[in-house]
Amino acid sequence: QTVEHGFPHQPSALGYSPFLRLMAIGTRSGAIKLYGAPGVEFMGLHEENNTVMQIHFIPDQCQLVTLLDDNSLHLWSLKQHGGASELREEHRFTLKGPPGSPPSATQITAVLPHSSREVLYLGTESGNIFVVELPSFRVLEDRTIGSEAVLQRVPEDNCNRRSCELVEALREHPKNPDQILIGYSRGLIVLWDLQNSQVTHHFLGSQQLENLYWQRDGSKFISCHYDGSYTQWPVSSDNRQPEPLENTVPYGPFPCKAISKIYWQTTKNGLPYIIFQGGMPRASYGDRHSISVIHGSQQTAFDFTSRVIDFFIIFSSEPTAEFDDPSAMVVLAEEELVVIDLKTAGWPAVHPPYLASLHCSAITCSHHVSNIPLKLWERIIGAGSKQNIHYSSMPWPIDGGTNIAPDPPQRDLLLTGHEDGTVRFWDASGVCLHLLYKLSTVRVFLTDADPNDNMNTLGEDEWPPLRKVGTFDPYSDDPRLGIQKIYLCKYSGYLAVAGTAGQVLVMELNDEDAEHVVDHAEADLLQDQEGYRWKGHEKLKTRDGPVRFEAGFQPFVLVQCQPPAVVTSLALHSEWKLVAFGTSHGFGLFDHQQKRLVFVKCTLHPSDQLALEGPLSRVKSLKKSLRQSFRRIRRSRVSSRKRRGGSGNASEVQEANAKFDQDTLQEMELAPVQRKIEARSAEDSFTGFVRTLYFADTFLRDSSRHCPSLWAGTNGGTVYAFCLRVPPAERRMDEPVRAEQAKEIQLMHRAPVVGILVLDGRSTPLPEPLEVAHDLSKSPDMQGSHQLLVVSEEQFKVFTLPKVSSKLKLKLTALEGCRVRKVTVANFGSCKTDDYTENDLAVLTNLGDIQIISLPFLKLQIRYPCIRKEDVSGIASCVFTKYGQGFYLISPSEFERFSLSTKWLVEPRCIVDMPEVTTNNHVHSKAGLENAARKS
Amino acid sequence: EFRRFSLERSKPGKFEEFYGLLQHVHKIPNVDVLVGYTDIHGDLLPINNDDNYHKAVSTANPLLRIFIQRKEDADYSAFGTDTMTRKKNVLSNVLRPDNHKKKPHIVISMPQDFRPVSSIIDVDILPETHRRVRLYKYGTDKPLGFYIRDGSSVRVTPHGLEKVPGIFISRLVPGGLAQSTGLLAVNDEVLEVNGIEVSGKSLDQVTDMMIANSRNLIITVRPANQRNNVVRNSRTSGSSGQSTESSLPSSTPNILGNLLQGEEESDEEDIVIEDSGEPQQIPKAAPTSESIESLSQIELLHESTQNGFLPSSEMNSNHSAGSISLEYDVPDPGRKSLEEDGTIITL
Repeated sequence: QTVEHGFPHQPSALGYSPFLRLMAIGTRSGAIKLYGAPGVEFMGLHEENNTVMQIHFIPDQCQLVTLLDDNSLHLWSLKQHGGASELREEHRFTLKGPPGSPPSATQITAVLPHSSREVLYLGTESGNIFVVELPSFRVLEDRTIGSEAVLQRVPEDNCNRRSCELVEALREHPKNPDQILIGYSRGLIVLWDLQNSQVTHHFLGSQQLENLYWQRDGSKFISCHYDGSYTQWPVSSDNRQPEPLENTVPYGPFPCKAISKIYWQTTKNGLPYIIFQGGMPRASYGDRHSISVIHGSQQTAFDFTSRVIDFFIIFSSEPTAEFDDPSAMVVLAEEELVVIDLKTAGWPAVHPPYLASLHCSAITCSHHVSNIPLKLWERIIGAGSKQNIHYSSMPWPIDGGTNIAPDPPQRDLLLTGHEDGTVRFWDASGVCLHLLYKLSTVRVFLTDADPNDNMNTLGEDEWPPLRKVGTFDPYSDDPRLGIQKIYLCKYSGYLAVAGTAGQVLVMELNDEDAEHVVDHAEADLLQDQEGYRWKGHEKLKTRDGPVRFEAGFQPFVLVQCQPPAVVTSLALHSEWKLVAFGTSHGFGLFDHQQKRLVFVKCTLHPSDQLALEGPLSRVKSLKKSLRQSFRRIRRSRVSSRKRRGGSGNASEVQEANAKFDQDTLQEMELAPVQRKIEARSAEDSFTGFVRTLYFADTFLRDSSRHCPSLWAGTNGGTVYAFCLRVPPAERRMDEPVRAEQAKEIQLMHRAPVVGILVLDGRSTPLPEPLEVAHDLSKSPDMQGSHQLLVVSEEQFKVFTLPKVSSKLKLKLTALEGCRVRKVTVANFGSCKTDDYTENDLAVLTNLGDIQIISLPFLKLQIRYPCIRKEDVSGIASCVFTKYGQGFYLISPSEFERFSLSTKWLVEPRCIVDMPEVTTNNHVHSKAGLENAARKS
Repeated sequence: EFRRFSLERSKPGKFEEFYGLLQHVHKIPNVDVLVGYTDIHGDLLPINNDDNYHKAVSTANPLLRIFIQRKEDADYSAFGTDTMTRKKNVLSNVLRPDNHKKKPHIVISMPQDFRPVSSIIDVDILPETHRRVRLYKYGTDKPLGFYIRDGSSVRVTPHGLEKVPGIFISRLVPGGLAQSTGLLAVNDEVLEVNGIEVSGKSLDQVTDMMIANSRNLIITVRPANQRNNVVRNSRTSGSSGQSTESSLPSSTPNILGNLLQGEEESDEEDIVIEDSGEPQQIPKAAPTSESIESLSQIELLHESTQNGFLPSSEMNSNHSAGSISLEYDVPDPGRKSLEEDGTIITL
């Protein structure tokens, strides 16, 4: 396993070091990930797997401190080792109070790494502020700031024990490191002098405090409050109890939600930026996740698609600079990272080079294409850049560290199909999975949703001035649009995609916008089977007349399967200009040059009522035994009861979950699971389900003439082979393509056929279409006899061709009890010599391990555990590349990348050097001041 | 010699009449013959009474292949379960009895007339507390008919008794193969599936293994009821001169006795249909060729509408790899037929 792509699942904390120019994200599972310049990535994992609550970089150091929800502190550091930097955990520490004190006495709420780099100030629920030494985490008890000491200087009438409860915020004075600002949750704010251990100023806020922020010169600070207001306070030597300068409720007068974090940024032109999170009118906009930016008369409330975890501002950290001059705002929302360019008028978003939200619509399938020709690559980038014009041209502002990994040796594309009918094209060549281009198939169809619905119809006088940002949109207008299969020919630029409602679209790459009619054809896969009624979804309605398509892949033909069941397999042959598709009812072949259906073959067993009727999911649930469904009902009752019991507190919920799991386990023991042992039979359901389609130019009928052929494998262990006659190029439009069934092989073990492959006379897999024409592959050997490899979920079998006799087999399930989930041919090269490569089968089993099996002799070479066997969706999402790498989803939003080949490794390798530390210790960068708002 | 003729499927008549018909068709009126046919599973089964004659006719689809051997040089062992596959080529056995110059089996009865549904095997090499049961599955006749579950069993280990997870039979389906054998029972612990130990494997894995082996399932169990175990009186009582070494009870019965052999032999063969022709078993690719010597083969075409023509006009070219074609074809002069050799007889 080499690198994780995408957006971390359930992020919980954000940190930033202006010194290192690195950003850190913590997650609820205890992972911590650091990002800098593209390619600079580090990952660490807390052993406890607890939620990361806060992250603070130590000023001017390659170190950071994390606070977990078990109140433990962890010190991490970046150290160079073997020429590259590594992130390692150095120390851990849990603050302990005097014996007998309640846990709240030491429950950390605020952390301030002091600019001296020697101590951490830890604010607690009790109101005491503890001081610990770094890196040893030794508690300096004599320096503890107790509430009694604070209250000595506060007037009597504002003074009671409760006013010092819970430290909300700790902020070091920007110019004078001997002063820190302490904010208590009930509204009291004091300026504390570390040298004399006394309060120099106190500020009496009337509202419950949320957060604090210093103005750059230290003459003022700003506080934000629970009622949606913020207040500016002056700090001067003559007045020890100043009155507020200004108190504003930006979205008043009706009750507003809390402002949980605020920034005050000065600029050369005098007008400051006030940037704050929350504060929306409670009744009408209380559900929005917003961050507002106010700069003079400009005001925008950025409206995020998911809850805002935290945010920070990138501003001039030069200690000598007079103004902040903010350049960008970085917002970590629950489902995506959004960066706003504050320098460009209109505050456009910046396109992130990493942390892409893979799941902005749920991923339904993936397809990987290795070694993309430069021409196609440039055209895809060209099409994508036209889609990205609304993004800022600002270079990526988080640019710490240096990527020292070698340049990726080739251009790789990962295509993901999504539930909303889009296909996203990702640059998967290197460590950063970067979105190149997004294709939508929705335009071809008429859907209920009005495309103008989501337009930003914001009027001038709209209040609050909300603006939607981000791409996360998990709600699909119509599940039938979902993409199920993708096939891209990298040489011709033909793309075929197939979806949930039996739609198959063939597309061509066009560098210009175009308006044209999409031809369409129906493929009735039930043919002469009569008297059945499809009870599943209807096919998608198509748009009549010409449709306008933007530059990029533009559909020119739609083949609609009837019944409109989900397309389960797809193959495209760009040289013969044929596309083959299969569903649970059968398969068909379409000539996309002549736009003519060549043939359809029904594979359905006449008695297979379940497959006839409708979508798999519904039928599957029907198939479950009564016993299982009863168990499920019982389980859901248990869980709903447990849920009601939980009171929202994260740890309680966790506890409840753990308890629930135990209950479930116990329940399982009471009613043991049993499995039926029965041989597969032809009458089983879904035997006709087409699992794989394959084009091959081989010897199907006799050993003297080879011909184009189409192979199909079904769930019931049947392989069909059709002999095709494709007219020569010069008569391609004049004569029809003909097909004739030549063979039908029934595997007696009847396991689903998941792969079909023809090996040439040298036992090498046949090349892809057009590969030879582009001189990228040797011509296949047509002298020696060809062999057919059929991979079922249980066995690998090699047969001779054209006369089918069995030659070799490898039984997997019978011997090991695992089944084949994914199989592909992988090409392995030697690291030592360039002239040695071999082809093997890379196999992922249902137990999550990967096996490499040699070709053509079917010998198991090696086996690795890869995915947890319980991670069914991870196993289902796995795609292999042609050169022995692979991807699988570790969460809805993250791909894990792995490599089986030492020759092709894509993993982060980077160096973070300590920038020159300024000698002026008084006026240093504000690293570590980003005190993550506890309530954000 | 081949004969091909048609019969009325609905009125097959009696076996005696059929026997007479065969003698008549072959012009061997006074020769005693054994009559056999290949059933849908490829087994060579005898026809010697009305019942199995009717069964044979009813299974014809639509071709029924009948084999006739002179009684005196008949090879009885050719009949029975899995004969078509066990002997790489049953025809060669039938056709070339001289190849098997072994002494003919002493026929005590004709157990070959019956299909075994189960057997206890490897009694001589297994501990007495274990039982290795082989279930023979024939197409759709009978379901295997049992369920398995997770459970725990007690093992003797160097650290004393330990509870370890195990797989147990949880239910037998009435009328299923497993129940009808009487050799398996609820709560029997499953130790091995076709020679592979199940310890350390999950219920799903064991389920998949059993289903993958369902055509020839050999499970080793520790019966819940230990009273019916086979008791070996002495070491030499093992059958057929097995060495005493191998009959030592072993706690980890990894010696697979007949098991591996059996597995290979009885492994079912896949079926191929070429050019919409007849389904055929896929032969093993082996560079041997066979020839017909004394074959009497009759193909019966019931209610033949095809008049001896196969639906396809393309030539089958399947004579090269160790099997004998049972197909007949009218060569199409318009097409080039390939790899034609001398075994094709045209009627």
